[in-house]
Amino acid sequence: MNTLRILGRIAINSVERLGRAAMFLYEVMLGSWELVRRFYLVVQQVYALGVLTLLIILVSGLFVGMVLGLQGYNTLVKFGSANSLGLLVALSLVRELGPVVTALLFAGRAGSALTAEIGLMKATEQLAGMEMMAVNPITRVIAPRFLGGVLALPLLTALFSAIGVMGGHLVGVGLLGVDAGAFWSQMQNGVDFHDDIMNGVIKSMVFGVVVSWISVFEGYDAVPTSEGVASATNRTVVYSSLAVLGLDFILTALTLGEV
Amino acid sequence: MINRKSLELWVGLFVAAGILALAMLAFKVGNLTSADVMNSYKVSARFDNVGGLKVKAAVTMAGVRIGRVSAIAFDNKKYQALVTMDVDGRYQNIPKDSSASILTSGLLGDQYIGIEPGGDDASLKSGDTFLRTQSALVLEKLVGQVIFNKAGESAPAK
Repeated sequence: MNTLRILGRIAINSVERLGRAAMFLYEVMLGSWELVRRFYLVVQQVYALGVLTLLIILVSGLFVGMVLGLQGYNTLVKFGSANSLGLLVALSLVRELGPVVTALLFAGRAGSALTAEIGLMKATEQLAGMEMMAVNPITRVIAPRFLGGVLALPLLTALFSAIGVMGGHLVGVGLLGVDAGAFWSQMQNGVDFHDDIMNGVIKSMVFGVVVSWISVFEGYDAVPTSEGVASATNRTVVYSSLAVLGLDFILTALTLGEV
Repeated sequence: MINRKSLELWVGLFVAAGILALAMLAFKVGNLTSADVMNSYKVSARFDNVGGLKVKAAVTMAGVRIGRVSAIAFDNKKYQALVTMDVDGRYQNIPKDSSASILTSGLLGDQYIGIEPGGDDASLKSGDTFLRTQSALVLEKLVGQVIFNKAGESAPAK
């Protein structure tokens, strides 16, 4: 009996939390309209979430591309099609690795910082103080951070994929001696703008919304103690990663299913 | 906190770099530049077997890409495959008696349509059909033929 009751409580709590998260997203969206007049608040967050994440994104993109070049070459050379290396590197980066790895890194680097910042604001009663002064904390604090994340992630993903292709080129052409012309021409023949590149862009937009949403919600919903903020930050990284990987499968199945 | 001017500069730089990266992906990695054949015209061809030909496969003449396959359908009156292709409008003077054949690039590569020019003075217009076609090579049929020929050789020699 007791086990059943615990199960029921967990179910009710998680559904309730999901409902609160959805209501919260709606409020944030409403608050976002008012930011058109105060766009500088969003620009500040694009700096904090995008520009400051740039270094880790560029370095990981370069290395992911280089590893893909090495691994791909070793497999492809067995079939005598090492010239397709460019295609392999570009397709795996643009379709899968770019959006997913960028979103995971973004959740770890920027999402956790967002949650901790908002959670700490709540714990030190800054959010309550704003409400006292008739300033809506959702418009002033939450919405700019949400929008900043939504805007920053697609740009970071594009940079990741681009630098990854460069890394693959560096290893494939520079180190392993694949013909540069074949590298690029195979890539251009095989990568379609609508099917592959736009697919990656759409994925990164969805991931941007989901990761930013989870981050700001966990911060806003945190128990206002130091332990509460810690576990909220923890949850942000775990939930964001799971959501990104799960959604990635669904989005891939949706886009490939039409063929 | 960083001051407003340099913050805006950094964000501007970041956004510009992101858009540049997307443009590089679109034009250098993808095929946005060559994807659309300008003011193309449609011609079609009937094949007994299209093998692994796919929509968007290349249509080439002398090895140069002049268009792409826009549709593949089954003609249930003639029991043949009807392949429609878009040919670049710059190449209007393809002779009317040219032949279209389905070829394979490399051993395991994609299949594409190769056009061999004929000798007719009149040229193909939009909506015309290739009269002479050659189907894709199907490996199983080829192997079957070889075995059949071998059997035929040895039979009368007894």
